[in-house]
Amino acid sequence: MSARLSAAFAKGHPALVCFVTAGDPTPAATPAILDALVAGGADVIELGMPFTDPMADGPAIQAANLRALGAGTKTADILAIAADFRARHADVPLVLMGYANPMITRGVDWFADAAAAAGVDGVICVDIPPEEDAEIGPALRSRGLDLIRLATPTTDAARLPAVLDGSSGFLYYVSVAGITGKQSAALTSIEEAVARIKQTAQLPVVVGFGVRTPEQAGPIARVADGVVVGSAIVDLVAAHGADAAEPVRALVAELARAVHTPGSPAA
Amino acid sequence: MTVQNPNSYRTQPDERGHFGQFGGRYVAETLMPLILDLEREYRAAKEDPAFHAEFDDLLEHYVGRPSPLYFAPRLTEELGGAQVWFKRDELNHTGAHKINNCVGQILLAMRMGKTRIIAETGAGQHGVATATVCARFGLPCVIYMGATDVERQQPNVFRMKLLGAEVVPVQSGAKTLKDAMNEAMRDWVANVHDTFYIIGTAAGPHPYPELVRDFQSVIGREARAQMLSRTGRLPDLLVAAIGGGSNAIGLFHPFLDDPTVRMLGVEAAGYGLDKDHAASLAGGRPGILHGNKTYLLQDDDGQILEGHSISAGLDYPGIGPEHAWLKENGRVDYTSVTDDEALDAFQLLCRTEGIIPALEPSHAIAAVKKIAPTLPKDTIILANLCGRGDKDIFTVAGHLGVTL
Repeated sequence: MSARLSAAFAKGHPALVCFVTAGDPTPAATPAILDALVAGGADVIELGMPFTDPMADGPAIQAANLRALGAGTKTADILAIAADFRARHADVPLVLMGYANPMITRGVDWFADAAAAAGVDGVICVDIPPEEDAEIGPALRSRGLDLIRLATPTTDAARLPAVLDGSSGFLYYVSVAGITGKQSAALTSIEEAVARIKQTAQLPVVVGFGVRTPEQAGPIARVADGVVVGSAIVDLVAAHGADAAEPVRALVAELARAVHTPGSPAA
Repeated sequence: MTVQNPNSYRTQPDERGHFGQFGGRYVAETLMPLILDLEREYRAAKEDPAFHAEFDDLLEHYVGRPSPLYFAPRLTEELGGAQVWFKRDELNHTGAHKINNCVGQILLAMRMGKTRIIAETGAGQHGVATATVCARFGLPCVIYMGATDVERQQPNVFRMKLLGAEVVPVQSGAKTLKDAMNEAMRDWVANVHDTFYIIGTAAGPHPYPELVRDFQSVIGREARAQMLSRTGRLPDLLVAAIGGGSNAIGLFHPFLDDPTVRMLGVEAAGYGLDKDHAASLAGGRPGILHGNKTYLLQDDDGQILEGHSISAGLDYPGIGPEHAWLKENGRVDYTSVTDDEALDAFQLLCRTEGIIPALEPSHAIAAVKKIAPTLPKDTIILANLCGRGDKDIFTVAGHLGVTL
């Protein structure tokens, strides 16, 4: 596992994982938004790679993808945003999240080299299940990049070992069978699922999809190693555009308070 | 294990759903268990005589199969070369080959205990065929259709509604077939427990390309037997239009191991290959979209480009993975024809044979029009007439400057 990710899950409190789409609303605006995530208290940054056909995403992140592409965001811009982030924040783990085609289009070795050179710690690829690991897994792992897989409510006990085999960094538990940002799962079902996964998984388990508020995030942080918030942040970027950094920082600070001290009354 | 014949073109895909480097199962984890279930259930259905009996019975008595094999005398005479024959799948119930696949998939859905059907549609032909089988079996049906296509295909939208389907206009992206497929996959991922996705072409994650091909192969099996019975020999050249490629693979597959039979797939060149088009083999390169690896229209960053064709049924930036494989190994040749060439061919068939073809097979006819004059008169060309043109008369009228 990347040293930065290991450290992020060894702070003595659950991790807050924050997602934004690279290039939304413009490539020039993204660095300040990333800095706001860090200033607010995010422990892990997920930088979304925009794609024309984000099949697993709900309306908020679909729109963010289209805004970023509409602003002319290229893969080269995303890698430059990552490299500049690494220069400003030596210790904050940065994970790229996206779809397979932009990752393989110049050859996966090109992508793995470029991501490693930019100081990226791991990659989440929505449409590469374990069955197609050969497409990107070996190239990423050979450069020391974590391939972070997703487990879902449909991943049963028999299938879980296949998902874990070759996973590193952390395991992303998608708490609802569905797309990003829409409905949220009941806390009891999340708690049962995480407990079941942790019987097998040696990795930190973070929970995402449908988590929007400190009130939701705090209780989930009590039963998992981390919580992912994406669409709620992306909604702020949509509302505030190039001025989104301050509102994003304020939301992330509230989320961080709830996640980092999950027993607190604020949660 | 079945014995694999290394010289056969008919043993794909492999056990992981790959056709060479193409195909596969590139889907979100939520869908993987369902895809694996579907594969298991399809394997069981393939071995089940009762499944085949029900499929065959519906094709005969509900769809109207076998479709005729027709020698086109006046078109042959006008082109002045090879004999032109058509497989008349436009005479099927609902007017196209799409229904063959829908019958097979809804039987699979019911076998799996699924109680809700979803589908994507571009021109509306697959949506109508899906709504039809849902009405026939009493299952609720949601059809995703790009908002642009909803506007330009109103008669089919109304047909689907008459058949009891809910038609959801998709507002994302360019609001056409690709976006409808994205939205159908979003519905599916949120409703995997009770929902079956009837994919309309021989693409998507394994096992869809295989099972759609198998259901559509009734076209080629019938045509092969009919041609042998009528002429005592096999055709020399098969021609079919390709969007996703289900009518073409359905015609080609039963002939793939007949070495004397050449095959030609015809993509939509739209305004021309140097302009907007939908010819993913001619103008694209391999990539991953909608669950499979195949040729895609895309930019340098792997962002997917919009296809264009006068035919809404060919207007898709990808192609079924088996065609990508057959192109690379050279067994099938692929070419493309423009909107204008397809429009000319549409009118040619109306005038010479009294058949109004859909704009999709008009692409195949346009290719035949170019090739037939170059071949001897004892050569047999068999083209797939995969849909009728009633749905297209407004589009054609518009292009001919006629107001209806």
